[in-house]
Formats: sequence, structure tokens, C-alpha cells
Amino acid sequence: MNKRKQILDALDKNVRFDGRKKDEYRKIEVIKGVSATAEGSATVKIGDTEVMVGVKLGIGTPYPDSPDSGNLIVSAEFLPLASPEYEPGPPDIDAIELARVVDRGIREAKAIDVKKLCIEKGEKIWEVSVDICTINTAGNLFDAATLATLAALMDTKFPKYENDEIDYKVKTDQRLPLEILPVAITVIKIGNHFLVDPLPEEEEVLDARLTVTLTEDGSVCALQKGGDQPLTVEQIDEMIGIALEKSKEFRKLL
Amino acid sequence: MTYDKRPEGRKFDELRPIVAKAGVIPNAEGSAYFKIGKTVAYAAVYGPRELHPKFLQNPEKGVLRCLYNMMPFAGMGDRVRPGPNRRAKEISLVTEKAILPFINLDRYPNAVVDVFIELTQTDAGSRCAGICAAAIALADAGIEMREMISAVAVGKVADKIVVDLDYSEEIYEDGHVADIPIAMGNVSQQITLLQADGYITREDLKKCLEIAKKACAQINEIQKKALKQKYEGSK
Repeated sequence: MNKRKQILDALDKNVRFDGRKKDEYRKIEVIKGVSATAEGSATVKIGDTEVMVGVKLGIGTPYPDSPDSGNLIVSAEFLPLASPEYEPGPPDIDAIELARVVDRGIREAKAIDVKKLCIEKGEKIWEVSVDICTINTAGNLFDAATLATLAALMDTKFPKYENDEIDYKVKTDQRLPLEILPVAITVIKIGNHFLVDPLPEEEEVLDARLTVTLTEDGSVCALQKGGDQPLTVEQIDEMIGIALEKSKEFRKLL
Repeated sequence: MTYDKRPEGRKFDELRPIVAKAGVIPNAEGSAYFKIGKTVAYAAVYGPRELHPKFLQNPEKGVLRCLYNMMPFAGMGDRVRPGPNRRAKEISLVTEKAILPFINLDRYPNAVVDVFIELTQTDAGSRCAGICAAAIALADAGIEMREMISAVAVGKVADKIVVDLDYSEEIYEDGHVADIPIAMGNVSQQITLLQADGYITREDLKKCLEIAKKACAQINEIQKKALKQKYEGSK
């Protein structure tokens, strides 16, 4: 019997691999301040999935089309430490997609007031570098990475900056201008079933995946569809409904 | 010049506080967390598993591969660009050589044992912390080992012989500094990692190596305890 059929048969009886309900997350843990060398950091565990995010602040030059705005740069690395399937080397397409989905959620929500990161118009701005590092991957990296990024940004304090120089050893009390807190919820579709917080076995056989990033007032600020099969308008609407419900639970963790 | 006082009031032969845990990464065959002062290393062991491409395989014995990496936010200054730089490559190499004599690869023909070391924050001594974590992870993975491996930096700051230099000591300016990372087996006390940065006399080097034996023995106890904790917990 193939894996997909096994999973589907079980889902028809309302059973998942680990006994959870379809709209139930595994245990989620958020720990802030996990790296002393980062300006902000956090670890998020969802079940056995563990992601660490660090934020570094540096001085850069603004882009010509936004001379008075700071920059946000999000990168993700699937470290070979985290799974027997990962190999050393530059980020592959899955890591790139993850980084871009997290980036889009924060950017499009206008979570950070980037104008407040301007030091000297056209010349000097703060650069916010977010690095997503996997410690152990066991499904649902998207939600874990987004939540960890948000927690790390909330944890961030500016280093001392004087006479054009950063002293990374001294952290000030000044925090990032974080105005809005977007959270991402990924809903997957297998057959006629919608699931949250997929296990690797479920991700392997999914038809479609939708990552919905939502702000506190329930607005959608970013979307990413994945998977090989199409979705109908009705299905998308139902998935967004599930994401909206779940995002409320997520917020309580921050 | 005399070096009178270490940060945090440490004695000259005193290690920074250490926290060690075994089995922290469920996906890995063996894994460990090793924190010494403000330096934190994770290590994961994958394998023995089939080595690809096939021409790299050795039918006589297995291959050990070590990879040392700093997370981009783990440096004390600016963000570190991801990916292997010259420093990380060299540390990966000396880490491999530090471990190799103490594991029995004859047991794993055609296979590879991969050791991945990640630093999440650093304050000097990161290659030694990586080796300490790797040794726990290898034991946790059940890789046949001849001896347990412990590592620490010893050296000299101005006029004092010291154990486990932190960053402020590495960059001490009022006198010469010698920083000597060492790894050794816990039974034979043979040394498999030896590097030195800075001036040191032959006599002082000998003193450093002797003092390293004591420090490594202390670390060894903590490593053993971490392993016992994991396996006693699952009894």
C-alpha cells in the first residue's frame, strides 16, 4: 500500500499519524534571547521541528529608490546538522523559498517602520539581517521560521552606535520599530482534507499547500501557494478561514 | 607586566562554566550541545551511511567528515557571511584530525560518518567547544571510540599560564598572549589537536600541556555525565 493512500485512509477516519486532529498543532515553544552575539534571537520548537533565528544590525547604504529607508534582508539555511537529507552547500531552492516567504510576510505587513532605520538620507541606514537556521526539521518549517523571526525581531536591541562606529559589545535599550506582528499559518490539502502543522510524511504526499500571513486585525498580507495540484476559489477561502482561526492561537505565544 | 585578574574572577587554571547535553537533535544518530562560557556549539552525527560518490568509498574502512560552521549571527562583531570561509575550512580540517585517531573506522567499510558542528554564539574557544560537542555526539551515535575526546585552549596571558582563554584574553594588549587549542584522548592523554597563536617558550609550552591534561579530565567528566543523563533517563 502506498504512503499517500495510507495517510488518506487514516484521514477519512479522522486520524493523523501522531493522533492529532486535522486543525491541531503540535506543542509550540518560543524561547527568546538564545544567542548572545546576535542583536536579537529566538528559537521556536513545533513538535520535533526546531528553528533558530538571529538578527544582526549593521550600517549600510540605502537603495537609490528608497533613500530614506532601512533594509531588511532575510536568509535561510537548511543546515546539514538538522536532517539526514540536507547537504552542505549554498541554500537550495527550498531554503530560498522559505526565506522569501518569511521576508514577504514581514515586508508586506509593513511590520518594521523602515523609515525609522534611516540614519542619513541617501547615505546611511540600518540594515536588519535575519538569518534562519534549522536545528532539527520535522515538518512545517514555514510556520516555525516565521514565528521565530518575529520573536527574534521582538527580542532585538540596537547596539551602541557612536561616531560612525558600532560597538557590538554594548546593547542599548532601544528596540526595533516593530509596529505590526504578522504570523504565518500553513494549511495543506491532501485529497479532500485540510491540515495544519504537517509532519514530513504528510508534506511528502500533499496536493497543495497555502501559507497565509495575517496581521492582528485578520488581514491577509502575504500568500504563497505550493504543491503540484490546483486549488479552487472555495478551497482557498476555506484554507484562509482555517489560517485565520489558528493565527489567533499563535499570537498568544508571542 | 603582570596579569593579575581574570574576568569573572576566574582562577588561572579554572574553566569557564560548562553545560553539556546529549541527544538534542532527534533527526541525528547522535547529537550534543556544549556551552563553555559564552561559546555554544551544537554537533550532530549522521551515519555510518553509504558514501557518495562511490569512488570516495574505502572498502577497508569508513571515512570521517567534519564540518565546522558559525551561524551568521554567532560572531562577536559584524554578521558572518554564510558558507565556508578559509577559517572555517581549516577548523573543519583540524577537527577531523583531532577526532580521527580515537574512532574505529575499520568497523564501517565503504561508509561515511558525518559530523556537523554549528556555533550559535562565540566568545573564543569555539573549535574546542565544537570538538567537545562532536565527541559527545559520536558516543551518543554509538560510533566505536577508542577514547573519549576533550578539548580546551590553554596558553599564556602576559606572565600567567591560563586555561580556557576568553575573547578578552585573546586580545589582551598589555603583554604577549599565546593561545594554544588542544584536544586529547581521556585514557592515553595523547594530543590530536595542537595549534598555537603567539609567543611561548619551550618550558612554558610544556607547562601548558600539563595543565591541559587536568582541564581535559574535568571536561571529560562533564561529557560523560551528559551521556549518562540521556541514557539513564530512558531506562
